[in-house]
Amino acid sequence: MKRDERPWTPAALAGLLRDPQQLAALDLPSWDMLIRLARRANVLGLLATTAERLPADALPPCCRPHIAAGRALAARQARAVRWEIECLRKALDTIGVPLVLLKGAAYLAADLPFARGRFFSDVDILVPRSRIDEVEAALMRHGWATTHHDAYDQRYYRQWMHELPPMRHMRRGTVVDVHHRILPLTARFDPDPVTMLEQAVPVPGLDGVFVLSPADMLLHSATHLYHEGELPHGFRDLLDLDGLFRHFGANDPDFLATLHTRADTLHLQAPLAFALHQCARLLETPGVSMNVGRTKAVADALYDHALRPLHPVLDSPGSGFARWLLYVRAHWLRMPPHLLAWHLGHKLVRRQGQESG
Amino acid sequence: MTPAPFAPLGTLPRETLARWLAQGRLGLRTGPFTFRIASKEAIVADNLRLLYAHHLVIDSPPFADFHVSLERPASPRRWLRPQVDFRLDGYSPFLSLPAPQAFALFEWGMNWCIASHAHQYLLLHAAVLARGDDAALLPAPPGAGKSTLCAYLAHRGWRLLSDELALIDPANGLVHGLARPVNLKNAAIDVIRDTLPEAVLNTPVPDTKKGTVAHLAPPASAVAEVDRPARLQWIVTPRYLAGSALHPARIPRPEAMAMLIDNAFNYDVLGATAFTALADLISRAPAIDLCYERFEEAREWFGALKA
Repeated sequence: MKRDERPWTPAALAGLLRDPQQLAALDLPSWDMLIRLARRANVLGLLATTAERLPADALPPCCRPHIAAGRALAARQARAVRWEIECLRKALDTIGVPLVLLKGAAYLAADLPFARGRFFSDVDILVPRSRIDEVEAALMRHGWATTHHDAYDQRYYRQWMHELPPMRHMRRGTVVDVHHRILPLTARFDPDPVTMLEQAVPVPGLDGVFVLSPADMLLHSATHLYHEGELPHGFRDLLDLDGLFRHFGANDPDFLATLHTRADTLHLQAPLAFALHQCARLLETPGVSMNVGRTKAVADALYDHALRPLHPVLDSPGSGFARWLLYVRAHWLRMPPHLLAWHLGHKLVRRQGQESG
Repeated sequence: MTPAPFAPLGTLPRETLARWLAQGRLGLRTGPFTFRIASKEAIVADNLRLLYAHHLVIDSPPFADFHVSLERPASPRRWLRPQVDFRLDGYSPFLSLPAPQAFALFEWGMNWCIASHAHQYLLLHAAVLARGDDAALLPAPPGAGKSTLCAYLAHRGWRLLSDELALIDPANGLVHGLARPVNLKNAAIDVIRDTLPEAVLNTPVPDTKKGTVAHLAPPASAVAEVDRPARLQWIVTPRYLAGSALHPARIPRPEAMAMLIDNAFNYDVLGATAFTALADLISRAPAIDLCYERFEEAREWFGALKA
């Protein structure tokens, strides 16, 4: 039997996830590989959403159950997150703090077409730093409790990070990440979250629920991918950026110019340049171009391993090392050297303790 | 080139099976699913030959529902006390287990693949037996004697659909079978050996997280009819109780509904669809709690069930 010879580049995969006509042309071995990669990259829901736009008989019979399963998971996610959003809104309403959603929950609430069927695990929200204690107390009164009980972890989050330790709802088990800044307090960059909150836009049909403005939404997504060290969902996060560029770019011809102006104001030029570069390079996103004139070959070679689905058939012997280097790089960006040494040392000691214990 | 047709696993020469497994080419059909399996563990090949002899296999299927492997993790322990990992597309849902448990891990891994991905079905943790096109659902907590009774009845006139997983199609309420081996634990292994001399069991593996486990081959007739779905007509929760007379007791519908929801793997995923499917099942099929001590009494009671 001939093995599937299709080159599973991020751009090829993204095209299949976006365009039902490309799916209709797939043969069985390609479907086999596509479902494996989609599952591993946590994008089966996106695949199912796109495949559903085809008549059922356009899909090989053995693929249909997987598409049905992906749709069921995506529908469950949408249902659960809408409920969660309403619970969070009610909790924050008691202290007069508006609910500003970030990332996956924001794309879902705003019903951005590229994110229909997108899987995510936690709801991320942004609140004013001045109100953070009140927010934590309000969430606790409504059933959420902190998750990291280790004293080091508590200090790590509260002293250095841009968010509270994740809070888990005691009955539903759902997790909310409460952000009060864009980046860790220790990071090289310090973008101002206040104007992001001021410029948040209401979600039509969801009273009291806000998402970031289009430019801020993209910059926030770019900033996190740029600073993230562990990228288990690197491919999906890159797809988000691609989708944001395509969606907002199509609605507003001046979107890219707005984006650059806003990036200058927030000192987020580097994450924006990174997002433009990787989207152009890996996903051939229309309207954006790669950075020229700067040697990025090493970083690009590393990101090749992190921004595609983490599947053994795509991995090469250097993949693990490449991802480890990106992990170190991200921590380098997040904290000054003495803190970094202390933090990684602590994690190493604790991991050794867990393995021998 | 058209692919070679499926053939019963037992017809493959031993070396061919070992080679296909080592090269990750073996496609194994179980009910509606094709598993593509890669493993160099002899214990996996031997148990497949023993317990899946009548299942259909194929060389390098163009499409498989799950690509799984059993391999030794790269750690220094591989020379001292070797361990194995179960992986689906490189992802390992479980901790490594000692190599002698490789086949048990493979069975649990297959269950995990289905229970956490096959949301085209409403998935219940229950055994399913059929008589013709009428099926009995046997949900029960671990240790209640569900698998033991299921193994017995599967050799006494009932058709084994599944020992662990009921696959219910929410569109029509039909239950689909897998006809995979029955997992027996601890004392049940000797009980079945003594009661069913014709049963095919593998060598028990001691010291697993579930105690000593063995697997019983599904009867050939059950495998032959695995693609024949059935309609659930009865819900029976068997409970082995030493010294007890046979005692069936009707379970009130609300309790039965709550029990089925508890036994569902993906009730939350399917939401209203799952609720409707279970409510429909509960309104149609009586739910009975069955205390039993002697197999023969239980068999007679099952035989008297009317659709």
